Parts: sequence; structure tokens; C-alpha cells
Amino acid sequence: MSLAALFFYLFAGVAVASAFMVIASRNPVHSVLFLILTFVNASGLFILIGAEYIAMLLIVVYVGAVAVLFLFVVMMLDVDFVELRQGFLQYLPVGALVGLVFLAELVLVVGSWTFGEGVTGAVTSAVPEVSNAVAIGRVLYTDYVYFFQASGFILLVAMIGAIVLTLRHKENVKRQSIPVQNARTKAMAIDVVKVPSGKGL
Amino acid sequence: MVIGLPHYLTVAAILFTLGTLGIFLNRKNVIVILMSVELILLAVNINLVAFSVFLGNIVGQVFALFVLTVAAAEAAIGLAILVVFYRNRGSIAVEDINTMKG
Repeated sequence: MSLAALFFYLFAGVAVASAFMVIASRNPVHSVLFLILTFVNASGLFILIGAEYIAMLLIVVYVGAVAVLFLFVVMMLDVDFVELRQGFLQYLPVGALVGLVFLAELVLVVGSWTFGEGVTGAVTSAVPEVSNAVAIGRVLYTDYVYFFQASGFILLVAMIGAIVLTLRHKENVKRQSIPVQNARTKAMAIDVVKVPSGKGL
Repeated sequence: MVIGLPHYLTVAAILFTLGTLGIFLNRKNVIVILMSVELILLAVNINLVAFSVFLGNIVGQVFALFVLTVAAAEAAIGLAILVVFYRNRGSIAVEDINTMKG
């Protein structure tokens, strides 16, 4: 067994095992940590296959942003997760049945599937002499530049949406208001009082 | 032994199945359901990248990038909705999410 095959089975095995632990672990914090492990191993698979850019993106985006977001939400919400797990065994038979049927179908498809006649190459072939990131960039910024812009807009909408959803103005909290501050004049702020001597205010 | 396309497709199929199984098993916990959706999207990405490499077409990896973008946006919006829901109702159990009577 070659070294590449050894690493493939290592990454694939750990990825599948940790994916199982994601759905099976009792504590959602453990689920998130196993999700991170799954993503790291999947990016190992991607490096093995020669897609370094997607692998690094997976670590940066999924592990760095999405998983941390999950971890943050799980820890922020004060939820009784033991109660949420009730009915886990109740759903297990039908879930396992559906999963097994689905897996059997997928394995049948993968096992009996071959490339058609003449589908040896691709419509736009990869450029072998440049690195993976350069090859992606050459396609992404030319042929797919509108899709690239659209994905940027999707992220912008997601960011604005998340902020709008979660932002709230509490009552009884003093806030700084720049326009009010700028509109203050000397007449509004200072009140000159004539104090008669010996009387006090 | 050479690791070929079927190996990667099998891993992706197993991950996809685990994702759907997670949705079935954790029907009360929205957070784990969202994590299962992430698993499913990861399986899709593995499929895209495997086909991209073994067919010699870089476009599959570009598409995987877009899937990644949508997955990140979906996770952000989903978790934001979850936080707002928890703030209003004090619970994230799926059976409590029935105000709209969908």
C-alpha cells in the first residue's frame, strides 16, 4: 500500500468517524469540535487529491469562521441540551433505515458508474504547468467573474441580515447620538444665572 | 493500490448519509441539524472537487468555492435566526417553532 493510499484511508476514516460523532455525541460543544475535525480531515483529502486552494479555503472558512460561529452560539444559548436529546432512540430505527437505504443506493450508483464514451477530458482543461490557486484564479476572475461578484453580494446580504436580525436597542440605556451632540449650541448648553450676593442659589 | 475517483465518491456518499441521518436523529436540536447540513454540503464539495480533479476540469473547484460561500452565508443567517428565536421564546426546540403553522 502506497503512502498516498495510507493517508487517504487515514483522512477518510477519521473524517467519517468524526462525522458520525457529530450526529451522535451528547454535548453540542463536542459536536462542533468533531465537525472541526471532519473539516480538517476533508481538507487533508483535498490536499491529497491536489486541490490545495479549496483545502486551505475549507480550513479558513469552515474551521475559522463557521465552526467558531457554531461554537459561539452553542455556548451563548443557555439551553438544556439533555432535554433536546430525548427521542433520539425513538427516531433511530426509521433514521437508520432511511440512512441504510440511501447509502445502499449511493453505493450502487458509485459502484456501477463509469464515464461515458468520449468523456475523457473536460470542456475547459486544467492548466497543468501552473499551481492550483493560479489555475482557479485564471478561471474565476475571467469566465466566472459575475458569479464571483454574486457570491460577494450573497456574503454581504448575509452579513447585513445577521446584523439586522440580532441587533437590538435596549430601553433605558444611554447612547451616544452624534447629530444631537453636533447640534448643541452655546445657548442650549450654558445657562447664565444672576446670583445676588449673599443669597446663594 | 491506486486511490481513484470511486474512493472519494464513497467517502462523500458516507458523509452525505451521515448528514441526512443526523437530521433524522436530532430532530429536536436545531444546532445539530444545521451542523448536519454543513456535513451534507461538505460531501457535495468532496464530490465536486473529486470530479474536478479526475476529469481535469478546474471549474468544479470554482463551483465548490461558490458552494462554500453559500454554506457560510447560510450558517450565519441560520444562527442569527436561532439567536433571535431563543431571545424571543427562550427555547430552540424544533417542536416549539410552530408560530407560523407552516
